Amino acid sequence: MTDFDAGESASIVSVTDKVRAITIPAPVSAVHFFGESAAFVGAEENIYLASGEGEPQAIAVHGGGILCVASDGARIVTGGDDGKVASLDARGEVAVLATDAKRRWIDNVALHPDGAVAWSAGKTAFVRSGKNQEKSLDVPSTVGGLGFAPKGLRLAIAHYNGVTLWFPNMAATPEFLAWAGSHLAVAFSPDNKFLVTAMHEPALHGWRLADNRHMRMTGYPGRVRSTSWSAGGKALATSGADAVILWPFASKDGPMGKEPAMLAPLKARVTAVACHPAEAILAAGYGDGTVLMVRLSDGAEILVHRNGGAPIAALAWNAKGTLLAFAAEDGEAGILRL
Amino acid sequence: MSESTTQKIPVTVLTGYLGAGKTTLLNRILSENHGKKYAVIVNEFGEIGIDNDLIIGADEEVFEMNNGCVCCTVRGDLVRILDGLMKRKGKFDAIIVETTGLADPAPVAQTFFVDEDVQKNARLDAVVTVTDAKWLSDRLKDAPEAKNQVAFADVIVLNKTDLVSRAELAEVEARIRAINPYAKLHRTERCKVALADVLERGAFDLDRILEIEPEFLEADDHHHHDHDHDHHHHHGHDHDRDHSHGLKHYHDEDMQSLSLSSDKPLDPTRFMPWLQDLMANEGQKILRSKGILAFSDDDDRYVFQGVHMMLEGDHQRPWKEGEPRQSRVVFIGRELPEQMIREGFESCIVS
Repeated sequence: MTDFDAGESASIVSVTDKVRAITIPAPVSAVHFFGESAAFVGAEENIYLASGEGEPQAIAVHGGGILCVASDGARIVTGGDDGKVASLDARGEVAVLATDAKRRWIDNVALHPDGAVAWSAGKTAFVRSGKNQEKSLDVPSTVGGLGFAPKGLRLAIAHYNGVTLWFPNMAATPEFLAWAGSHLAVAFSPDNKFLVTAMHEPALHGWRLADNRHMRMTGYPGRVRSTSWSAGGKALATSGADAVILWPFASKDGPMGKEPAMLAPLKARVTAVACHPAEAILAAGYGDGTVLMVRLSDGAEILVHRNGGAPIAALAWNAKGTLLAFAAEDGEAGILRL
Repeated sequence: MSESTTQKIPVTVLTGYLGAGKTTLLNRILSENHGKKYAVIVNEFGEIGIDNDLIIGADEEVFEMNNGCVCCTVRGDLVRILDGLMKRKGKFDAIIVETTGLADPAPVAQTFFVDEDVQKNARLDAVVTVTDAKWLSDRLKDAPEAKNQVAFADVIVLNKTDLVSRAELAEVEARIRAINPYAKLHRTERCKVALADVLERGAFDLDRILEIEPEFLEADDHHHHDHDHDHHHHHGHDHDRDHSHGLKHYHDEDMQSLSLSSDKPLDPTRFMPWLQDLMANEGQKILRSKGILAFSDDDDRYVFQGVHMMLEGDHQRPWKEGEPRQSRVVFIGRELPEQMIREGFESCIVS
């Protein structure tokens, strides 16, 4: 394998010297921001809060593995193999939102901007509205992913052979979008026009919600584990290939009949993507530890973290877009101030 | 490859028809003082009498892959659970997957061939099938699942031997051997078997196909001598002698094994396409396949193994000085087209 060597490549700009290196003393699976504080979510037990210049502070959230995480900027909600749904706020306070009666694993969590939270254990999806009313729905097989629509209380529940769309506050039978295969993650587009799932096989599947037309997004060499909508929802950036795959969603047909853009190709698999909240740039993490910033319009690259480490597992911008945090699987992490 | 193989977490699949004694074996594995910690994936919570925070309930969800191959099924729940367990790497040494009594072991095994993330972190160690000496002969007649589990096994624990006579035991063993002559077979009461005989077998490790070889050759004569010391409930050596010479030979009507060998080298340009075609066309019938191959103009042994249509193979090591360069392949399957396989194999021999 050829090393990606910024020193010998004249074309790449490097900001690696501006990164504040942080060592998380445990494997990391995700990162989210509270304002200017980065919260690195450990693979088990703790969230590590890095604020200011001090050492990251470990905050215990689960008595075991942390299986899933979601954040709305005000709180981070996690599900664990201890059967608990926990919430951490910016002050570092932890609350247990729910405990599964059978202590089953909490496989998925999702947050709605109005304060509703959803989680799943086995085949059952639960929703607790901002008003603290709890409802549940059983789907035909284990829930693979949860995602709230940007408007209204509507939850997409991904499972084997399709997605169930549920309005928890309405008595109507939930809508079912069928597509053969196992769907593991699900997200609405920010404009509420499209629904996209990441499948067990290396592919995405999408539906245009106006007419439920299918969109097949295939060709990946590996499973897509990370997706991120660009500012304004014009494109969907994805991991799973040796380049960032960027599907166009600006037109009413979404990516139907179009080729995706391929940005920042390296000799390593993209493992994490995070689009900037306002500008047309994204950050990409790779299996060899590289982190790049990439301009969507022309693919220009800036090196944030050199290769040679563990695969990048976590990548996030703060809400203002002034900070970028990343972490490798083994806990080697950093924060870049733009 | 072997370096990464050792870092991967071994996964033992525990199958067996209802009531054969799977839970007894599982409880033994968990309670014995071996200093190892097991994560256990079970279908029924509560049956395990051992306190362990790494017991996970599974739903045994069998998913078809979208690749147009009908027998290409995986255990979707297993993909998810193994992914979650990897968050707790370092907290356990091995994983045991218990299947329901009616389960087909193939989707579990195929999960390890198909799923990239599962492959990266875990390796299938062996399929261990617990059978009931008293009732297995009946189940082989009326329960296709029981036959599947025996055919699929790398290790067979023939349990409840105290409930049958010597003649009955010989009978049930002969029926097992008619289906699967290659598995290690251990006779037990209350699943008392040395844990080393069921765990860490490396049955799916291409590098260890050699170690499985004696069972290839001496399936009937040799299989319990080395274990007599551990199991005092055996009926002694006189019985063993009786057994190895007086064994009845059964022919199972729908499940068979087929062993082919050649002292002359095989032509890889003929053999590989033939094997791939065979698996593509007959893979639904072929549960397990294994082989050690001597190719013409190749000083390395080639080894392969397969589960239904999924094959993996690699050059293993150079043939040793004086080692007979013999090729041998075995298939276990349902209604095997024996004549066709034989002729196909022979057409690959360099004459």
